[in-house]
Amino acid sequence: MNVIPLSAYDLSLAALLIGALALVSVRMKLNLAAQLVVAALRTTIQLLLVGLILKFVFERAHPAVLILISVVMLAIAGREVMRRQKRRFTGWWGYGVGSVSMFISSFIITILALLLIINTDPWYQPRYAIPLLGMMLGNTMNGIALGLDRLIETTWDLRDVVEARLMVGESWQQAIADIRRDSIRSALIPIINSMSVAGLVSLPGMMTGQILGGSPPQEAVKYQILIMFLIASGIGFGTFAAVSLGARRLFDNRHRLRLDRLRK
Amino acid sequence: MNRLDIQNLQIRHVGPIDLVVEPGECVVLTGPSGAGKTLLLRSVADLVPHTGKICLGDISCDETAPPEWRKRVALLPSESRWWYDTVGEHFCRCDKSHLACLGFEEGVMTWDIRRLSSGEKQRLAILRLLIHQPDVLLLDEPTSNLDADNIKRVETLFMDEKATRNTSLLWVSHDEAQAERVADRRFRLEQNRLIPL
Repeated sequence: MNVIPLSAYDLSLAALLIGALALVSVRMKLNLAAQLVVAALRTTIQLLLVGLILKFVFERAHPAVLILISVVMLAIAGREVMRRQKRRFTGWWGYGVGSVSMFISSFIITILALLLIINTDPWYQPRYAIPLLGMMLGNTMNGIALGLDRLIETTWDLRDVVEARLMVGESWQQAIADIRRDSIRSALIPIINSMSVAGLVSLPGMMTGQILGGSPPQEAVKYQILIMFLIASGIGFGTFAAVSLGARRLFDNRHRLRLDRLRK
Repeated sequence: MNRLDIQNLQIRHVGPIDLVVEPGECVVLTGPSGAGKTLLLRSVADLVPHTGKICLGDISCDETAPPEWRKRVALLPSESRWWYDTVGEHFCRCDKSHLACLGFEEGVMTWDIRRLSSGEKQRLAILRLLIHQPDVLLLDEPTSNLDADNIKRVETLFMDEKATRNTSLLWVSHDEAQAERVADRRFRLEQNRLIPL
């Protein structure tokens, strides 16, 4: 059940591929080489650090350590959601809408899974809690960023239509209903697609990892199904919360469209 | 019908503005472009934040649910917008006499929005404006992209609404002759103030 360990030499061979890709992109003037190299370096450094941190945390299973790490993960994910917005809410809302929604969906679902489904003992056992929360956050982050960006951009483009609907006496809920629905749909479609083709086109990453790590495929598959369900519901409820909060914030109590609450 | 009573209205740089429009009265507003005429109409429809007091009869805007207010104090923007595929989906009901008045037949309700000319859109927007039988009409250059025939039709329809239902009109126009034809009183919005003419 042991994984073949990878040496630094093994990894540098893979890094050569990235180097080759960077060379080609310079030749083709894609303006991507610098970004590519920086991203590759970030992956290396970030993952090496996380490896160290996880080693430390796994040796000391304590709720306080887990909570600290979760908060850091959430803070970074919240920043990322905000960063991916072309236009974002001014003030704390810019950061808050995404973070609060991610907190609600990812944390509740992760804790639910730990307590009721996987039944780890103790529940804060970091070997389960951290990877699970990481996957939840990573995926809900994508969904929420997508949904919020769609909501804000579409409302921005269609502001005259939204206001025209207010003018004929629709409430803000009615005036934004179509845009809101489309935004939630656009966030959910990627995960629905990946559930549809799971195992047919690609083996999902976590399952691949478990199989490489020596787990029996039937066990890995069951975990993958669980994860898929958790992720899909995390994205769904998270986007629902984020888009609803965002839509609310686009209007004031007098049902006025308030695009002055957005900034570039 | 109720009188529209605007007191001490201030929207960004525009104001303070005091204006009363009696039931069955048509007040025409002119002024250089950029003077804030549109902004003024939008704030009376409570679409932009403002200070001051706007009342319809003895009911204040702040105490009315916004959708209800906008049904009673209806704003016609200078360019109309449509969000469903066909005309009919935008109308929960429609007065046939109004349709005829603006030169449409009933079949218009099945028309595709994308095939409407800008003039047709404008006239249909006027019909849509009247659905909820508003007390006050805020008209932002309602005839700017219409031909002479249709301008006449639209003016007749509004004058008819005013006479039969005692509707109050606050009408922004660039057309001097039109202002002469329809106005009971006229104001000019200049340097953020209303100046009676």
